[in-house]
Amino acid sequence: MENFEPVIVAFCCHYCAYTAADMAGSQRLPYPANVKIIRVPCSGKVDALHIIKAFENGADGVYVAGCLEGDCHFKNGNEKAARRIAYVSNYLEEIGIEKERLTMVTMSAGMGYRFAQTATEITAKIRKMGPSPIKTAMAQ
Amino acid sequence: MITAERKPLEELIEYVKPFKRILLLGCNECVTVCAAGGRKEVGLLASGLQMALLKSGSNIEIKQHTLERQCDPEYVEELVPMVDGAEAILSMACGCGVQEIATRFKNKPVFPAVNTKFMGASERQGVWAERCQGCGDCVLGITGGICPIARCAKQLMNGPCGGSTTGKCEISEDVDCVWQLIWDRLKSLGQEDRYLDIMPAKDWRSGGAGGPRKIIREDLAE
Repeated sequence: MENFEPVIVAFCCHYCAYTAADMAGSQRLPYPANVKIIRVPCSGKVDALHIIKAFENGADGVYVAGCLEGDCHFKNGNEKAARRIAYVSNYLEEIGIEKERLTMVTMSAGMGYRFAQTATEITAKIRKMGPSPIKTAMAQ
Repeated sequence: MITAERKPLEELIEYVKPFKRILLLGCNECVTVCAAGGRKEVGLLASGLQMALLKSGSNIEIKQHTLERQCDPEYVEELVPMVDGAEAILSMACGCGVQEIATRFKNKPVFPAVNTKFMGASERQGVWAERCQGCGDCVLGITGGICPIARCAKQLMNGPCGGSTTGKCEISEDVDCVWQLIWDRLKSLGQEDRYLDIMPAKDWRSGGAGGPRKIIREDLAE
């Protein structure tokens, strides 16, 4: 537990969070290497199956980063993503995974600082929670 | 379509716990459309079961397959090579599909993964509502295309009861009074006089009260 480094999967929308990650890089803002970014064309593209598979394959935390409210490039993909996250959170609880391990965040393409801050905060939260119960079970 | 909802994971775990290898089946028809038992839901359930069982210390092999149509023996037949390797089958199809599997594979335990609900239509994305109860003697031609059997809590056949208030049913504000809908529709069609037609007491034998129903088309039946 002491040396626990969480694996965090971040599904990042191409039009905001992914570009914000780029911005964070340009600004030389550090954020934890625990966060594995997967670029998606819209946060609304992230399916329940993507999230569940991430946990099944050993992720300790997952977050979906979409555009700010009203700013979706595809009109309302971010709202759909938020509803899906709520649905998958309930399924995670049914499975026995704490729903806090899954989060939805929003940001704009220019928010490099917010991207780095979010990545840091979520990593800290998951580190505090410890390994996912699935990972623990797999290790046994 | 026939609508369904996934059973709670807890109940499904109880079904599959005694086995080491199961076959999880989906259906590409109605349950795919109502997002209860298509290929995607099969994937989600397989992962969910796998993880939940892993947590409780057991390991299970789940093979996934989605049939074009599970209520048809022709399609069920393609499962033959897969079924041998499985100790039990968990089906996400409606009750008809589950029974078709049970009929074909007599020596395999078969469990339902969904609760089959009703014959319904999609009101909007993600919302399905009951529209037909298969009474076997359709009255839609008399009632303006709106069914009082499926959509009236009391299945009244000759106008609303006293529980109809401002177009809503007394059971819930979310439920329209179907006789209000029928009246509005007849009015817009200029067929108000149809409302005065008295429907005699319904013969429910065609609706299943006479026992399990069957259709035989002599020209098609072999």
